[in-house]
Amino acid sequence: MSLQNFINDAISPWMNTEGLDNDIVLSSRIRLARNFEQVSFPTSGDQEALSKVLEYMQQEFDQQSYKDFKQLQLVKMKDLKPVEKRVLVEKHLISPSLAEKDETGAALISKSEQASIMINEEDHLRIQLYYPGFELSEALNKAQELDDWFEEKIRFAFDENRGYLTSCPTNAGTGLRASVMMHLPALAMTNQINNLIPEINKLGLVVRGIYGEGSEAQGQLYQISNQMTLGKSEEDIVEDLKSVVKQVIENERRAREWIMEQLGIQLEDRIFRSYGILANSRIIQSKEAAKCLSDVRLGIDLGLIKDVSKTILNELMVLTQPAFLQQYANKHYHQMSAMYSVLI
Amino acid sequence: MKCQRCQENEATVHYTQVLNGQKTEIHLCEQCAEQEGYMDFSNDNMSIHQLLTSMFPFDQNVNQQQSVSPKHQLACDRCGTTYQQFRKRGKFGCSNCYHAFEAYLNPIFRRVHSGNTKHVGKIPKRVGGNLHKQRELEQLQAKLQQLINDEAFEDAAQVRDQIRKLKEELQENQDGDA
Ligand SMILES: [Zn+2]
Ligand SMILES: [Zn+2]
Repeated sequence: MSLQNFINDAISPWMNTEGLDNDIVLSSRIRLARNFEQVSFPTSGDQEALSKVLEYMQQEFDQQSYKDFKQLQLVKMKDLKPVEKRVLVEKHLISPSLAEKDETGAALISKSEQASIMINEEDHLRIQLYYPGFELSEALNKAQELDDWFEEKIRFAFDENRGYLTSCPTNAGTGLRASVMMHLPALAMTNQINNLIPEINKLGLVVRGIYGEGSEAQGQLYQISNQMTLGKSEEDIVEDLKSVVKQVIENERRAREWIMEQLGIQLEDRIFRSYGILANSRIIQSKEAAKCLSDVRLGIDLGLIKDVSKTILNELMVLTQPAFLQQYANKHYHQMSAMYSVLI
Repeated sequence: MKCQRCQENEATVHYTQVLNGQKTEIHLCEQCAEQEGYMDFSNDNMSIHQLLTSMFPFDQNVNQQQSVSPKHQLACDRCGTTYQQFRKRGKFGCSNCYHAFEAYLNPIFRRVHSGNTKHVGKIPKRVGGNLHKQRELEQLQAKLQQLINDEAFEDAAQVRDQIRKLKEELQENQDGDA
């Protein structure tokens, strides 16, 4: 079973490709919620019915390929060790609540890890696609294709007025959640982020810090996504999100120029200090690691640090999550360079 | 600006509602906004949980006034989920629940989807051509209205012809089905 790749490798293969505006937007995600028409939703707790959904998905789609999405592999929650599940959660391939569905939960993951279809989470299917950089439209197109492919075989619950029917009324209609993960260190440094978040909320979008609920965003990573799924077309939802993200990108670029000019040597000092800590420390708290990684990534994007790969932030953000560290320490400890010696 | 509903209080809650591709601005006072089942998302980084608990803000009210209203005996005849369970969990049990609780859903959808109650997005291929055409027709009608408002009559005439053609096609399909 090649399940081991999903768990052993710190970053998903898709993260290695470069996307648009990827000095600020790390990744774009599209999620479509779908349900089988004749089967009770997972929220009903009808285990027998859900087992049938799982069996069907395995029979029809395990080891299949569709266009860009090669070798979809069905991974059942009941076959995974707790630490393996946590790694999949930290790589965002599955959600924490799917990890708890030991009986009937599963995920269909493509080889590139770009597509992950969660089975029997809150809805029967949650089709998720990840793209590097700012590629929401592309991600939406591919998600629609994948949805069409499933639809050739599955009759999804749909109503003329309410659209695709989902367990939660907050997802009904398009079932679409579009989101981007943004690195906004300059807006955070200049305190503008605190004014920006309420403005973005007013437009019906949700802003979340990436790691840690509610608290300050670790590593200056923010996720922006649409709230409303009913009453707008998929294209309009994505276009509206894109126009806001574009403005945030412009603001962050301007703030970066400003801090370069105003802070000069102080900024360089901060960045190279963080670089020094990451390169030389032997024990580091994950919170400090996140701050240093954010600084180093900014240093790379500003051209101050030249010999470190851009994907370092993606890789290390995953690496510094507790479950991954545990897994990594078991398998690869000998390979860890000083740069990676991040311990919780 | 005065509230559009009561025409009395100052309008303090403003919504932009998009229905069938048509944008409508709604200005209400706070009381009317609440009564109409709208909700303000602003200044609030709302979690899904908060969203759910705010989906049914009139619970207390309803419980006090009519504890044995028909609404509370309502249950989905496919999965058995009762309306009360739905309200408590904020989750449907199956696709049929949408039909079973239909009479009470509009205010809920309005609340969580910024005033919207009707899907305008993707339609599964199996649902067939007529719904696609119906959707197209609605969009064209909205466009026609806009063009007339803008006094772009030449363009409007073209759109009107498109609408006529589409209506004929819809009629033919319906006759075919019968
Ligand atoms: Zn009023
Ligand atoms: Zn039901």
